[in-house]
Amino acid sequence: MTKIKEILMHEKLPVKVYSHESQLSKPWPFVKEMFVDLFKSRDLAWQLTIRDIKAQYRQSFLGILWAFIMPLATTVTWIFLNKTGIVKLAPTGIPYPLFVFSGTLLWSIFMESLQSPLKLSNAAKSTLSKINFPREAIIISGIYQSLFNGIIKISLIIATFLIFGIYPGWNLLLFPFAFLSLVIAGTTIGLLITPIGLLYTDIGRAIPLIMQFVMYITPVVFPIPKDGWANLLFTLNPLTQLIVVCRDWLSGTATLYLSGFLIVTTILLFILFLAWAIYRLVMPIIIERMSA
Amino acid sequence: MSETLIKVDSVSKKFCLDLKTSLWYGIKDMLSEIFGKRKNNNNVLRDKEFWAVKNISFEVKRGECLGLIGRNGAGKSTLLKMLNGLIKPDTGRIEMHGRVGALIELGAGFSPILTGRENIYNNAAILGFSREETNKKLAEIIEFSELEGFIDTPVQYYSSGMRVRLGFSIAAQLNPDILLIDEVLAVGDMGFVHKCFNKIDELFPDTAIIFVSHNMPQVSRISTDLIVMTKGESVYQSADVSKGINLYYELFPQLTGSIISSGQVEIQSIYLTSRHKDSRVDRSFEIIHGEELSLHLHLNFKQELKSPSITLMFYDKEQRKFGEVFNFEESIQLDSVKGNYSFVAHFKDLMLGQGVYSISVWINDYTGDVRKSIFRIQSAISFRVISDYHGWAPMQFTPEWSENKE
Repeated sequence: MTKIKEILMHEKLPVKVYSHESQLSKPWPFVKEMFVDLFKSRDLAWQLTIRDIKAQYRQSFLGILWAFIMPLATTVTWIFLNKTGIVKLAPTGIPYPLFVFSGTLLWSIFMESLQSPLKLSNAAKSTLSKINFPREAIIISGIYQSLFNGIIKISLIIATFLIFGIYPGWNLLLFPFAFLSLVIAGTTIGLLITPIGLLYTDIGRAIPLIMQFVMYITPVVFPIPKDGWANLLFTLNPLTQLIVVCRDWLSGTATLYLSGFLIVTTILLFILFLAWAIYRLVMPIIIERMSA
Repeated sequence: MSETLIKVDSVSKKFCLDLKTSLWYGIKDMLSEIFGKRKNNNNVLRDKEFWAVKNISFEVKRGECLGLIGRNGAGKSTLLKMLNGLIKPDTGRIEMHGRVGALIELGAGFSPILTGRENIYNNAAILGFSREETNKKLAEIIEFSELEGFIDTPVQYYSSGMRVRLGFSIAAQLNPDILLIDEVLAVGDMGFVHKCFNKIDELFPDTAIIFVSHNMPQVSRISTDLIVMTKGESVYQSADVSKGINLYYELFPQLTGSIISSGQVEIQSIYLTSRHKDSRVDRSFEIIHGEELSLHLHLNFKQELKSPSITLMFYDKEQRKFGEVFNFEESIQLDSVKGNYSFVAHFKDLMLGQGVYSISVWINDYTGDVRKSIFRIQSAISFRVISDYHGWAPMQFTPEWSENKE
């Protein structure tokens, strides 16, 4: 090889430097690398998504039905509680069964995106500790899978609405944004808890428990209380904005919560970026300490 | 003019012995990393920590292969993980130029339920191939793996050898600038290992390779430089590969092997002499290539044996038999022996190459035509041979060469 060609080739080689210094000591290259890896991970994210979805449904007989069983069970329970008057609930705009059904399905979409980053990172533990690949792919794949499962659930909600005579309006076109926002909300929180969750199993166990309580201060199975400190809790809960707007835009209702929704979404995107940066920063430390 | 592709400068890594403490340190490290305060206390060992890698520095250029050897737990895999960017060094700095390929875990990301073909796409994506690249190389990969018939079967039905084949076939298509190999060639049949080495030979001129292995013949075959690691530190670092491998062998204590005895014979002593050397006196008995060697056996025949015969077997360090001695009866005919006897086997000039060898002793008794095994001791005694010749094969011949200009 001629000397000039060799020099040129050497110039073109990407260099990776690893040192004991914190990667934040050079912030701009760090951020640049984040986006480079994000771009590099698109093929892999897609591959992982296909792999996981295939693996999930290939060995299962009931397959996709499992996605509905939990929300269905909750729905039936609450319809029962409401109808028999055991629990007194305020009017909900749309018929109560539809309210509960759509609420629990939307909540389950949120929960799935919440648990995705930790679940998928856990499953990828052995690969993470042996091969260096863009880790964004795991998170993106989680988002894709939540979207996939979510779309099926959304279709079910719309179908049920149509059967009961609720027709979506023009704001159904806006719905995909709300849907995406819901998934991103879950992913953001999920991403924040993943580093510690990979070390201590307590986190993974505590989340479903904690979220059970959070669900009861979100208008999932009952509407927002009119007054008192309950009203305050509900209104302060950022998830309220998301769930309500999703439901409104699916059912063709005009929403009163648009501004709240926009504020929450913007804050979420900002936190998402932070959570992503943290995930990248601490991954090498997690990998050396976690059991793989 | 060859470019340096790998540059490692004073790199160290500490690990923690206790799980709960380790997890706690993990949390603390995460916080220091996020708030950028990591530089200060890395040279100090916290409670229950130890140095897995200490102060390693080296460079590898394109076309060179660095062999990395050492006992289990010496820190070799940890060093590779740092080179691969999986964990961060606690001190020092690493520079990796170009595309890095790692043959560390073949078949990473294999999903058991999916077929071989689907897993090729998966694995290739994890290694950094795009879908189009994988499509182009698909036929080549399947052909190299020799798994045509099974490529559409779920991977959970593959044997471990088949998985390694598939994994290697994918990784081999990578054409990286740097190749890190960590003991992956231990599994796999002879044909496959041969294929792998041929492929590595192909990639050699354009790649900087780091090769970790416990298989010394393989290491000496491809390494241009050698580092021997013990307890995280480099105890030998040089381009003289054979000397380093020698040092590696010295790290293991000499072990005597098993004894199977019928009780009729007892070995009182067994030792070697050569010229003025005596293995009873010199702890690490060694001879030079071509020197004479005498094996002394002092036996006590506790019961009367009709016609005993002694057989010797020579083993190399990898426990492969490369020589035998079956000529006892040509020199000595015993008839009804009992009591103390001593025997000497004198080898006038042993054409042995450098290395460590052990001798096993078998004693048989012949009654009529029937041979009965009386006594066997594996690795009864070992010795080292030093040689100026570079070869590592057990037999080093020195024929007389003649030339004739035609």
